[in-house]
Formats: sequence, C-alpha cells, structure tokens
Amino acid sequence: MSEMTAIPLENSAPPHPLKEFWKYFSENKGAVVGLYIIVIAIFLAVFADYIAPHSPFDQYRDAILQPPVWMDGGSSKFLLGTDAVGRDILSRLIHGARLSLFVGVIVVTLSLAAGIIFGVTSGYFGGVYEILIMRLMDIILALPSLLLALAIVAILGPSLQNAILSIAVVVLPHYVRLTRASVLSEKNKDYVTASRVCGSGPFRMMFAVLLPNCMAPLIVQATLGFSTAILDAAALGFLGMGAQPPTPEWGAMLANALQFVQSAWWVVTFPGLAILITVLAFNLAGDGLRDALDPKMKR
Amino acid sequence: MVQFFFRRFFHVFPAFIGVTLLTFSLIHLIPGDAVELRAGERGIDPVRHAEMKAEMGLDKPLHIQYFRYITNVFKGDLGKSYVTKKPVLEEFLTLFPATLELSLCAMMFAVLFGLPAGVIAGVKRGTPFDHTIMTVSLTGYSMPIFWWGLLMILFFSVFLGWTPVSGRLSALFWIEPQTGFMLIDTLRSDEPGAFKSALSHLILPSIVLGTIPLAVIARMTRSSMLEVLKEDYVRTARAKGLSDRRVILVHALRNALIPVITVIGLQTGVLLAGAILTETIFAWPGVGKWILESIGRRDYPAIQGGILIIATLIIFVNLGVDILYGIINPRIRYTH
Repeated sequence: MSEMTAIPLENSAPPHPLKEFWKYFSENKGAVVGLYIIVIAIFLAVFADYIAPHSPFDQYRDAILQPPVWMDGGSSKFLLGTDAVGRDILSRLIHGARLSLFVGVIVVTLSLAAGIIFGVTSGYFGGVYEILIMRLMDIILALPSLLLALAIVAILGPSLQNAILSIAVVVLPHYVRLTRASVLSEKNKDYVTASRVCGSGPFRMMFAVLLPNCMAPLIVQATLGFSTAILDAAALGFLGMGAQPPTPEWGAMLANALQFVQSAWWVVTFPGLAILITVLAFNLAGDGLRDALDPKMKR
Repeated sequence: MVQFFFRRFFHVFPAFIGVTLLTFSLIHLIPGDAVELRAGERGIDPVRHAEMKAEMGLDKPLHIQYFRYITNVFKGDLGKSYVTKKPVLEEFLTLFPATLELSLCAMMFAVLFGLPAGVIAGVKRGTPFDHTIMTVSLTGYSMPIFWWGLLMILFFSVFLGWTPVSGRLSALFWIEPQTGFMLIDTLRSDEPGAFKSALSHLILPSIVLGTIPLAVIARMTRSSMLEVLKEDYVRTARAKGLSDRRVILVHALRNALIPVITVIGLQTGVLLAGAILTETIFAWPGVGKWILESIGRRDYPAIQGGILIIATLIIFVNLGVDILYGIINPRIRYTH
C-alpha cells in the first residue's frame, strides 16, 4: 500500500499537447530530417540576399557554362558552375528557394482558406448548396491537375501569379472534401449539440466549435500541399507557362537546360535536385505529421 | 448488378455536363473574343468583325451557344483547329495511340515493379528492405519527372549511349501507321530492326512516366498488405498450416488488391498529366505535347477539345474502376 501512495501526483497529469506531439513526431526519423531541411530552406529563402555569393541576374560573360568547382576548369568563384549566359547557379538556386517557398505559402494559404470556407459551410448547411459545391469539386478532380492548371494559364496568360492562382484552384477540392468530411463526422457529436443548445449562432458553430476539431487532417494536407504546389509550379515553369525568364525559378531554370544535356550536366542537375530535396522534405514532414496527429496511427 | 451499373452510370452524367460547361466557358473567359483572336495583331474592321461573329455563332445568347456546342459534341464535332484547319477530333485521334502506347507501357512498368515491391515491404515490415523500398518510393513520389527524364537522357542516352534521345522511331525506318501503336506496326512490317528501334525509344519515356505511379502503387500495396495481414482469416490460414507463400499470395494479396486497383485507376489522370511533361522532354508525338503546343499557339478549339476528351476519358476510367470494384467486392454493390 505504501508503494502506491508514493507515486508522485504530477505523473497523472497528461503531457502538454505540443510535448506529446513532438514525442510522436520525433519517433519518425525521416520526418525530423524533412523538418530540418525545411528549416534550412526557409533560412536560405529569408536571407538569400546575404547568403548568395552573387546576384542571380548578373551575367559573367567571361565565365559561360563554367563547370562546378571540383571539376577541371571550375573555380571557387562559382561553386556550382555557371549557366549559358554566365549566371552563378548556386546564387540562382538560393534565390529560387525564396520563390518556391513563396509559391508554396501563397498556394496553401489561398486553397486552405477557400477550402475551409467551402468545406465547413457545405458540411454545415448541406442541401442543394452542398451538392452544388461537391459536384463542382468533382469536376475539378476529374481533370489532371497539370492540365487544368495549364488551361487556366492559357486563359490568363503565362506568369508566376497566374501559375499560383491556377495551382490554388487545382488543389482546392482536396481541402474542401477533407473539411466537409471532418465536419460531417463531428457535426452530430455531443459537444456540438451542447453548443447549439447554449445558443451558438451558425457562424460560431462553424468556425469556433467545429473547425478547431477538424484541423488535424487539414494541417497534414497543408504540409503535403506545399510539395504539390512547389512541384506543379516548377512543372509550369519548365513548360514556359509559369515564372518567366530571367526569374530564378527552379523549373524555369530547367526549361532551357534541355539543349545543354549533352554538354553541361550541371545546368540540368542542380535545379532539379533542389526541387526534389525540397519536395521530399515536405512529404517526409507531412507523413510524420500524419502519424503524430492521427490518433488511429498512434502505436 | 445491372442496377448498380446504371446507378453508377447516371452518377457520371453530371460530371460530364460540368466538364462541357467548363470547356465551353474557356473560350468565353479569354480576354478579347475569338474573332479578335483569329484576326491577331493586325486588327479587324467592325463590319467584318460582326460578320465573322455571326458566322461563328458568337452573336447568339450564351445558352443557345452552349446548346449548339453540346449538340456538336455529341455528334463528335469538336470544331476545327485554328492552325491546321483540321477537325480537332481527327487530330486527337491520330496522336492518341502514341500517348496510349506510352501510358500503357508506363503503367505496366509501374505495376510490374510496384506491386511486388509493396508486397515484400509489407510482409517484411520494419526490415532494412522495407525501409529502403519506402524511402525509394517516397523519393519517386516527390520526383519532378521533367527533371528525372532529363537525368535519364543524360545517363542512358548521352553517357552510356544505350537508348535514343527522343522520338518514337529511328529516322532510318518509315512505317505506315496502321494501328498507330508503333510496337504493333513495326512488328507487322517486314523492316528488320524496326521493332527493336521502336522498343528502345519506348523504354526511357515509360520509366519516367511510370515513376510516380510506381511509387504510389508500392506504398498503397504495402499499407493494404499490412492491413490484411492482421485479419483473422490470414491467421486462420496460417493455423491451418498453409505455406507462407500460399498465405501471402492467395489469402492476403487477393484481398489486399482491392484498394490497389482503385489506386491504379486513379493514376490514369496522373499518367495523362505526366504525359504532357514526358512527351515534351522526349519529343514524343502524342496528345500531351499537342495540347501544350496548342496552348502556346493559342489554338483554342484544340485546347477545348483536348481537355474535353481527356476529362471524359478520365471520368469513364473512374466509372470503369468503380464497376470493377463492385464486381470484385460484392459488399460495395449492395451498400449505398
């Protein structure tokens, strides 16, 4: 008996949610690596002006297609070599990180905000409004994302802004469906009924009572949404339908690299590697988040 | 079963109408109107402008225009390309076999490697083998395939010289298209070496296009296997003393395949979008490259028609998957 009373009281209190979250998240090594890469990418993007050794637009006419530093003919002035007009590839990649993360942030913010509004209202009100919204989302889903994005860009004209807008539209259905599904599963729970009995109005019900309990899948989807946004923006840039030259966007950098495949591999390799690493980091972190936030997955 | 089929079929109809509305509004959303667009920078005098508008039926109210558009669509008339002046449907159909051939090969590659990889990873959960497969497939899933294609060309075509860089067939051969599928056409022709040339042109694009589906299938198969291996009937099968092989391949895999088939169906859209990038990189004369070029040329009837056909295709593939799903799993037929 005496042993039982010796158990300290603090142990019975549940751990802080953030602490608990980190415990589960850090179990997944890949997710932690992904998170580190994201932090580094954010750091590079924010301080690009100070970190990049050169301006991303300066053309060094005496150093055209110079190979990276470790190869014959490379110089420490251009660590990853130069492109066809003598611009430093490393500097362009660092500035490209800023652009790619910017695209990710804007796309995710736009589609998340619109997706939450459409999803919560259609789940809450139901009826004809819900059918209309969901059918519209079905149509968007029926089209391959890149094709629809291309169609929107075809209407609006190729530019980075229009690429962002079109990607936001293309990924919207995922957020709408996810939010609606969570709202539907939460809607009939006791705490919601209790809040209704207390006299909460529709606005309060939707955004203060229901929404916070639907956030977990949305956070995961938003993280994964970053990778989709970055990948699609790069694809549009590559096809000449996104960021226009001389913008140091990773996809656009690859667009005219096609003709140097045979002569200068570094022009082709590094921008793609940057895309792959960033996208992979967000996917890893997103997977880890899903494991940490989804109670069903907790071991 | 018949009832299930029809219910699904009618579910598809609104989606199709929605897509036609979308492609119809495409032409009305562009800045300026179709007549100005065709006149180009030279401009056009107002009288001729009005005449042409009447000729193209653009002076009618929108709902009448839409009605006319959709009647034409059902008659198979998708308009004529501004550039080549040929019917859009005809252009699409000549190029489509190339895309279909590429997509089928890509899908074959993805299933052939993705399915076993997923099964083994699921069975050997937690082993280094599992971790490797999962890491590789997540990398494949994150792959910018336009860059992946360039890397493949860089390594296999330029560095090793194993495969050709682009196109469908070496310029040494001329094969009269019969089926439009280069593999079949070259096999039927008497030209020695033509089939080998067609095959070697197909390998790299198929791998590149199949990479993302491969990753998705491997991941899906693994998680589906994990789910099924926990089931009671698998334990029962083991308890009966069946061999591991039989338990995994017959009792577990067959049930694990159901969600995998859905995922394979859903990859059709991914393939067709990926075809735009893959065909551009490998100069593959298919519909993906054609749509991209049409966008570049502002050839709106071609864009409209291309999007409409592809979306319709995807809708029907999804319908097919749904029905297949009902055939495999009777539980689905009777719920809902």
